[in-house]
Amino acid sequence: MAGKTISEKILSAKSGQDLRAGDLGVCRVDHALGTDGSVPMALDYFSAMGGTRVFDPKRIVFALDHYAPAPSRAASQLHQRMRDFAATHGILLWEVGEGIGHQLIVESGRALPGHLVVGADSHAVTYGALNSFATGIGSSDLAAIMISGRIWLRVPESIHITLTGSLPQGVYPKDIALALTKELGADGATYQALEFSGSALGLLDLEDRLVLSNFAVEMGAKNGIFPADSHTQAYLDGRASGAFAPVEPDKDAHYVREVALALDRLTPQVALPHKVDQVVSVQQAAGTPVQMVYLGTCTGGRVRDFHQALTVLKAGGGPASGVQLVVTPASREVLETLTRDGALAEFISMGAVIVTPGCGSCCGTCGAIPGDGVNVISTANRNFKGRMGNGNAAIYLASPATCAAAAVRGKIADPREVLA
Amino acid sequence: MTAIPLEGRARVFGDDINTDYIITSRRKRESLDPQVLCQYLFEELDPAFAASLAPGDILVAGKNFGCGSAMEVAVTAVVGAGIHAVVARSFSRTCYRNAVNNGLLPIECDTRNIREGDRVIIANQRGDEQLLSVRNVRTGESIPAGAMPRIMLDIFRAGGLVPYFREHGDFCV
Ligand code: SF4
Repeated sequence: MAGKTISEKILSAKSGQDLRAGDLGVCRVDHALGTDGSVPMALDYFSAMGGTRVFDPKRIVFALDHYAPAPSRAASQLHQRMRDFAATHGILLWEVGEGIGHQLIVESGRALPGHLVVGADSHAVTYGALNSFATGIGSSDLAAIMISGRIWLRVPESIHITLTGSLPQGVYPKDIALALTKELGADGATYQALEFSGSALGLLDLEDRLVLSNFAVEMGAKNGIFPADSHTQAYLDGRASGAFAPVEPDKDAHYVREVALALDRLTPQVALPHKVDQVVSVQQAAGTPVQMVYLGTCTGGRVRDFHQALTVLKAGGGPASGVQLVVTPASREVLETLTRDGALAEFISMGAVIVTPGCGSCCGTCGAIPGDGVNVISTANRNFKGRMGNGNAAIYLASPATCAAAAVRGKIADPREVLA
Repeated sequence: MTAIPLEGRARVFGDDINTDYIITSRRKRESLDPQVLCQYLFEELDPAFAASLAPGDILVAGKNFGCGSAMEVAVTAVVGAGIHAVVARSFSRTCYRNAVNNGLLPIECDTRNIREGDRVIIANQRGDEQLLSVRNVRTGESIPAGAMPRIMLDIFRAGGLVPYFREHGDFCV
């Protein structure tokens, strides 16, 4: 019999059964996240299911990130309800301004190698970067976890993604994510796992990997998992919330598909409105005028992303007139780092709009909503029509550097030309 | 629980209908009430659609229905409109799961020949209560549907995850 993939091994361990792709198991959850986008409904399900106490409050965390700060009375009331429930049941709640729940799960060392970490939000897949089996669920499943500590899961088949070579100058992990989304399509990995491997992993540290795992769901994947190595260990040193054991795939593990990507040949990529898998090279989109440049989200709102953007912005003399540059750090820790290292002051002096750490206008619920006819280029992960709160705006997705190049030129441009 | 056979008018959508298209995130920020939200279903694609939707209609879509956000209002708002089933070539996993958890029947089958307004009948395939098929009255064609995993069938038959959990207090596989 063939060996096991990382996902098969983790779900076997968490269910206490010998599981293979296609099998179902009831698994013990190590941590579960709920956000203001999902917890209010989960609380309704919790009561309806007859829930009275939370099985282990330390394994549950709530984040106020999607409507932060609350833009309306109704949103504020949802926050109030979450605060009350969290206080009653002893659940940790990340307040408005702390950041995006996914980023905080990672920063607080709650996503650990070999662990099962779920989130009532599709981008919970992000924690796969840390060798966690991480997947998104709905509010009803979160309620069931709050009561039982368990979830039923079907063990996914895995697609083996082998990355080789190194990224050329001006090309970034976001470009890998977009290129893979183009290759696989928006449903190319539905019900399946992406398992990353290859010699390039040595050059992609944790912050880089988070971008790739984050994008797994844009290909329909259940999870996007990396092996644990020295990069993982380096990130977790001083952060890990508990004990963990890395999980490696067996050498003879069975994969449903092999996808290889040579990074040396990659160019900057852009996803065109309104589909994430409608991806072209930056040259093909060059010249498209943009009026808003959005730097932030759980894909592109970390320190490195802002530094990469700033390098291009400085090389190009700052944003062109008529471009609104929006900066939304993924977390307070990111904001504090940018404050300490001077990057924030540089963004401010360039006229950037600085938004509270959190989801910002990524899903159109608060922050800077684009106007009619506006072209936005964003470091986010989704460009659906109306995603940022206005169906009459068009969203392009790209790396922080490509977004910054667009800010400099007032139109989509190749960051390598601005850097040259 | 939704009674099978189920007959209704097909309301047809294309591929990659994401949950933000089903209901936008900003609507959910202001209300979680399915009766309120169902007035805004699919507004980003067609602002007049929700008013034309009748209870008992059957949503029909191409591949990857419900992709994007895992938000469960994308299912409860559909249920709130009196819809009992969605037929699609494929579903995003979170949408499929949320549908079953709320007693909305997700049916995976080839939908390419179903047109807007067709009458479709969802019925058991002869002799097997676990297998369903979708019959298109206009074409006479009967399209076999993919089977649901056992635990999902149990949750669906119980009427959703709430009644299932009230009965079992945990998951039983
Ligand atoms: S930043 Fe955007 S994609 Fe990430 S959790 Fe928030 S709304 Fe979702």
